[in-house]
Amino acid sequence: MEEVDVEPTTTPIPGFDSNQKHLGFVWGPGDILVYETIYKASGGCPFVHEVRKDEDIYSPILRKLFNESHHIFVGLQRIREDLPSKNKKPQFVSISKNYRSVIRACMEELQQVAGIVYVYHVSSCIITLELIWNLCEVLFIDAAPAGSLVLHLLDWVRLHKADVDEKAREVLASESPAEHQAYWDVVISYVLQGRMDEARQVLVKQAALQPAARVMFKLLDNLLMKMPIFNPGETQTLTEFDVKWRHWREEVDHCLQDQSFASNRHLEDICKILVGDEDVLLEYKELLSTWYHFLVTRLLFSHPTVKPTELHYYAQSSMHMFLDTRSVPEPLDSILLAAFEFDIHQVIKDCSIALNNWWFVGHLTDLLDHCKLLQSHNLHFGSNLREFLLLEYASGLFTHHSLWQLAVDYFDHCPEFGRVYLELQIERVPLDTERKALKVIRICEQRQMTEQVRSICKIMAKKALRNNRLGSALSWSIRAKDAAFATLISERFLQDYCAKGTFSDLDLIDNLGPAMLLSDRLTFLGKYREFHRLYGEKRFSDAAKLLLSLMTAKIAPHSFWMTLLTDALPLLEQKEVIFSADQTHELMFCLEELTSGKSVPTPDRPMQVLGYTPPYPLSNVCFPFNLLIHCFIICSNLYSCLARG
Amino acid sequence: MDGINAKYVSKKISKTRWRPVSSSSLQQPDIFATGSWDNEDNSISIWSIGENGVSSMDDEFEGDPQLLCEYKHNGDVLDLQFLDQDRIVTASSTGAVTIFRHHHNSQTLSVSQLWERAHHYPCNNAPCTGVVCNSPEIVTVGEDGRIMLFRADQEGVLRTIEMADSSAIHAVTFLRTTEILTVNSIGQLKLWDFRQPGNEPSQILSLTGDRVPLHCVDRHPNQQHIVATGGQDGMLCIWDVRQGNMPISLMEAHTSEMWEVHFHPSNPGHLFSCSEDGSLLHWETSSNTDTPSLQGGRNTSIISRSAIAPAGGNQSLINAWLTGDSSKGHLETTHMLPSQMLSVNSLDVLGQCLVCGTDGEAIYVNRYVPI
Repeated sequence: MEEVDVEPTTTPIPGFDSNQKHLGFVWGPGDILVYETIYKASGGCPFVHEVRKDEDIYSPILRKLFNESHHIFVGLQRIREDLPSKNKKPQFVSISKNYRSVIRACMEELQQVAGIVYVYHVSSCIITLELIWNLCEVLFIDAAPAGSLVLHLLDWVRLHKADVDEKAREVLASESPAEHQAYWDVVISYVLQGRMDEARQVLVKQAALQPAARVMFKLLDNLLMKMPIFNPGETQTLTEFDVKWRHWREEVDHCLQDQSFASNRHLEDICKILVGDEDVLLEYKELLSTWYHFLVTRLLFSHPTVKPTELHYYAQSSMHMFLDTRSVPEPLDSILLAAFEFDIHQVIKDCSIALNNWWFVGHLTDLLDHCKLLQSHNLHFGSNLREFLLLEYASGLFTHHSLWQLAVDYFDHCPEFGRVYLELQIERVPLDTERKALKVIRICEQRQMTEQVRSICKIMAKKALRNNRLGSALSWSIRAKDAAFATLISERFLQDYCAKGTFSDLDLIDNLGPAMLLSDRLTFLGKYREFHRLYGEKRFSDAAKLLLSLMTAKIAPHSFWMTLLTDALPLLEQKEVIFSADQTHELMFCLEELTSGKSVPTPDRPMQVLGYTPPYPLSNVCFPFNLLIHCFIICSNLYSCLARG
Repeated sequence: MDGINAKYVSKKISKTRWRPVSSSSLQQPDIFATGSWDNEDNSISIWSIGENGVSSMDDEFEGDPQLLCEYKHNGDVLDLQFLDQDRIVTASSTGAVTIFRHHHNSQTLSVSQLWERAHHYPCNNAPCTGVVCNSPEIVTVGEDGRIMLFRADQEGVLRTIEMADSSAIHAVTFLRTTEILTVNSIGQLKLWDFRQPGNEPSQILSLTGDRVPLHCVDRHPNQQHIVATGGQDGMLCIWDVRQGNMPISLMEAHTSEMWEVHFHPSNPGHLFSCSEDGSLLHWETSSNTDTPSLQGGRNTSIISRSAIAPAGGNQSLINAWLTGDSSKGHLETTHMLPSQMLSVNSLDVLGQCLVCGTDGEAIYVNRYVPI
């Protein structure tokens, strides 16, 4: 087994006394159930605690993050594979920007919700997420080459150091900006961020106050204006830019040597920054506030043509120069360092450990995988890194009472194990209403998970049956094409009929339609009801034909034959002859078959249904005598038939 | 599809309804209510898209719905209707029917009346699946196959039709003041007349083929005998309840369950339907074939089959819904939402405004529906 990277965190269970009792536990899909136990039969504690690792999915603001990113994720998966990767890069960058804007929107909303400690903590986490994602976009997805690299990194830093603008607004809005306490801070911050135009605009205020030093200010202004910035769009090559830049740097250095700015310490500092004097830069640690800002500023003024492969060297040295050697590196620092070293796997690994939710690593890894940046790195469990992370993320979503629907799409896009995971998880979704059951079934049907469809329909049908909703139960069995259950339902109907003498739910049985063919028993039920209807409409010959066919075509269950034969009695008793000779033969044949069988049930259903009162109480008479009467009646019918020829 | 933005609300939306505007005023609706489902804490919420909400100079946020107030709801909101300007009736998955009152001054909601076990099985509760009102009368239907008639401000039950259906009733609509139409999960439409005593429907209509469960029903605003239904297979059926028990036309609309269908209340040549497959369709009929009726978005060709030719086809009363055939009238459908969405559970349209809610926990509002 591999070594553990960090110490596991402990979570205390409230009210648990570890001296007295033991803790029993069982794993759930995303949580653990723990309970106290003393391993005895009685005297246990009545509480079961649920320990959840991830609280974030229950936050209403973060839920928006999950929903919106799901939409982006699904869109990303559907990008056509056949486009060459050169054309896809702008698409991937735009998707990355979409993800980031979703994160920012969430962050802004969290910041509006004031005063809650947990929210503050989450909000600062979110800011960090955007920082890391942005860097990954610059380095990996956009893969800026030398020259543009520094510009992109500058943008990155500017985005995350927005307080400069606020300070500047404050200073400029004051009565005398040049004498404001934070004036020079603002100017220097602008220079550190490479925003020369803004710096010059603010400097002008100072220049106005000191007409004597006009020449000096003009000189600095000139230097700031002339600073070359690499423009990737132009035809200028990197070498040309490098030459121009060195030329400009020499000019600045010359001014420094000349002591042109000796009278104004601030202006001199600015000049020293422009030549990339690291000691001066470090003096302004507070304004830089982070080692990566220091890194980017250093690169801007010392190595603006830095290549991506050289970054890590400068990153490491910047970090060491900026941070105290005593302070422990924070997780964020090691993540950013790993990014500068282009070690994607290390970035993902460190993020997985630092965050309590797979959202970030899952989506980032998926995007990087689409950019073909992850080597297929086979893990011990068989699937690749991207799939592993997405599976973990989606399984976590499935534990949520509402977000499980999003997880389905994530499983769909995990080719190896996604389907299996989905099959196992989808059956555990609680089904309170028919509408929810329909949605779950639709998800299963779209993925040809027939077993799950059948099992869900069976659950719903059984529930309906328990509540005596035979129509609902039947409609569920039709959906599942479950013949066995349809048979069960028809048996219920027939039992009801035998007990009460009437059919319940006529609106259902009369209108079965083609569903009747789902099971034999159901067909029988429908046809039997039709027989009753025909009898009621006095269409005796049609009724007789139907009744006979029910027996001869073997649709009727044997147990019901006695009932059917008894139903034939009133037809036989009619004044006109209804059964033809052949039909009577068949009737007798059926009777014979019935009596020759091992077990012959007795009819116990009142005959009043057919409006037929026998001259003797049929139900009290013992069975063989019953049959004798039948035979007599049938024979007399046959005789009258023959008599008429 | 311009002018349609998603507003993510952290709850799956099961129903959205515009608050009615008085017919005399030409105002567009500006307030709508939503109900949530499948949440541990469900709620009904009132939103505003007009100047009532936060005013913003930014054009981008002009149409953004602002939450006015919210109230906890027990169980999923399976149906929601405005009883009048101030009151909303909801049908819950716990079987309860609740009337909420919206207080405009304080922008709060409160429970005004509650019938707790309106729908139930012998042992436990049954979800109440549909509610429709004709102030002050309220009709509700549920999975227990019962139809209940209530009156607002009156405590008890006005009338119960027991065992109205052996399967779950999914939706209900008023045909006339005393007649309602219900649809159930074995694909039948049943007409009920409240003037008659007893528990039998006055008419039953259904397709002769496969009995597909029906989920929604809506009546044509002007012609009371024309209704549209949608069901599990996503087909749109137009029925004429006066004649026979067969639909007049069947049109393939969606690839999975159609959850809601609505005729536009003032422009009945337009119909809207939404479905589990994540699409919202705008159906438009026009009698002349040479109108260029391409709106933004994607058009789909529809395969329509006329089940029977309409009896007594009076040309001056040409109702293109009855033919559903592109030769006689022009029937055009437009998708109104971006693709790759989760199920659109509900929609409502009033004037030029359309609002819909999805399982992606988002609400979409379109204020410039081309009608």
